[in-house]
Amino acid sequence: MNALLSTHGLKAGYGDMRALHGIEISIEAGETVALIGANGAGKSTLLKAIMGVLPVAPEMIMLDGKAVGGKSPHLMVKAGVAIVPEGRRLFLGMSVEENLQIAIEHAAEPIGEPWTLERVFALFPILREKARTLVENLSGGQQQMVSIGRSLLVQPRVLLCDEISLGLAPKVVREIYAALPAITAGGVALVLVEQDVSLAQRASQRLYCMLEGRVTLQGASSDITREQISAAYFGANHVLD
Amino acid sequence: MYWIDGIVQGILLGGLYAQYALGMALMFGVMKIVNVTHGDLVILLALIGISLADLTGLGPWSILATLVPIGAAIGWILQRALLNRVVGDDPLPSLIATFGLSIALQNAMLQIWSADTRSLSGGAIQQASIPVGSLYIGVLPLIVLICATVLTAGMAFLMHYTRFGRALRAASADVEAAAMMGVNPRRVYALATAIAVGILGFAAAFQAMRSTVAPSDGPFQLIYAFEAVIIGGLGSIWGAFTGAMILGISQSIGFRINPGFGILAGHLVFLAVLAVRPQGIFKRKS
Repeated sequence: MNALLSTHGLKAGYGDMRALHGIEISIEAGETVALIGANGAGKSTLLKAIMGVLPVAPEMIMLDGKAVGGKSPHLMVKAGVAIVPEGRRLFLGMSVEENLQIAIEHAAEPIGEPWTLERVFALFPILREKARTLVENLSGGQQQMVSIGRSLLVQPRVLLCDEISLGLAPKVVREIYAALPAITAGGVALVLVEQDVSLAQRASQRLYCMLEGRVTLQGASSDITREQISAAYFGANHVLD
Repeated sequence: MYWIDGIVQGILLGGLYAQYALGMALMFGVMKIVNVTHGDLVILLALIGISLADLTGLGPWSILATLVPIGAAIGWILQRALLNRVVGDDPLPSLIATFGLSIALQNAMLQIWSADTRSLSGGAIQQASIPVGSLYIGVLPLIVLICATVLTAGMAFLMHYTRFGRALRAASADVEAAAMMGVNPRRVYALATAIAVGILGFAAAFQAMRSTVAPSDGPFQLIYAFEAVIIGGLGSIWGAFTGAMILGISQSIGFRINPGFGILAGHLVFLAVLAVRPQGIFKRKS
């Protein structure tokens, strides 16, 4: 199978500090891939590098056979990559509808059935009621729904989700994760960065575990054992029991 | 009546300050750039206008109509060539860059136009006034005020009801997030500065018609714009308009208390607002 998005020896960092040491991951259309790892393992950095926020060489990121690494974020959007950023990063002082409108007005060319306000409202019905509310007056879960909806409306082929369950009540997390299959059903590839390992395992088909800027484990989510994850998560010297 | 006249004249003066302040509020609101060349750009445009009038014999309104696109072009180039390189979380690089450019511009203008004061002939309209009761309202200042109001309303409309305005506000709220939603920040910034300096085309023509301009006048215009923006609340469009009115009225009342006190009165009100309500009168939602 041909990967929709793949990284090749991806190295990136902040100034002189290198945070990623040659990352190789890939994802197919309609697939959900989870990225797990401890704080500081480089998961968010990887998403930022793919999104074009951090500088990388062109051939380090391939999208549909084209080298796209190092493009500015707004050009990555046009190429078909979107991110649900860590901490949601909604446009404060603007309503739910305006936040979504920004994405609609700067979207990529849709491939397949396009995402519309109606589809986003069908996915998260509460947003229809709150359309005119300023985003800062929403609950954390509702804000996360706006953030996901906003990123869908740029019509991505690959959606990078950075810790979408962080700080939310378990019930809200279930509600948000229940919406994910409807997103991938249309062929969108989903990369989930997730702190909750068992949630990540259940929600994904494959997973990658990262440690100190390297991929230490990869495989089908249903086949990987907790012992394998522990070893990959904490390093080879840490063994449970 | 003496004091009412003071307030009316102050509001009319505020119209001119509002035209200075609008572009500054826009640039600060969107990019957090304090453009130190703001006043020099007014003077530059005014001098270009005066020279154009001398060369071509165009009337003041044609000059105004020419200065606005010239201003917009200057703004676009300024942003693309200089400010996009220094804009960022740290306000210092843009402050230093525009400060340096301000000095360079003033010297270049001195070289080209000499230190003479000049003005643009507005024809009969310059002296015309409308009697209202026992007050006289100058026609030109009234046009300036109407222009400022329309420009401010137009800008507020642009910010809230257009694609470009929404992109501006998104970039203002979180520029990195805006870029991740497909907004090209450099393009939005260049357009914002083009609009800001384009508006100065109005201010330049009116300034040259109402009084005189000389190459070293820029910093005064900068201070008025800056004070209006601070009084109103940094980055707020209607706040800048209100701040300009308050500054105009303060100066006008000050002049009537003592002719030497006018400008100082404006500064004192500015300092008082800074002490009592440092976030400005219109606190920006954030």
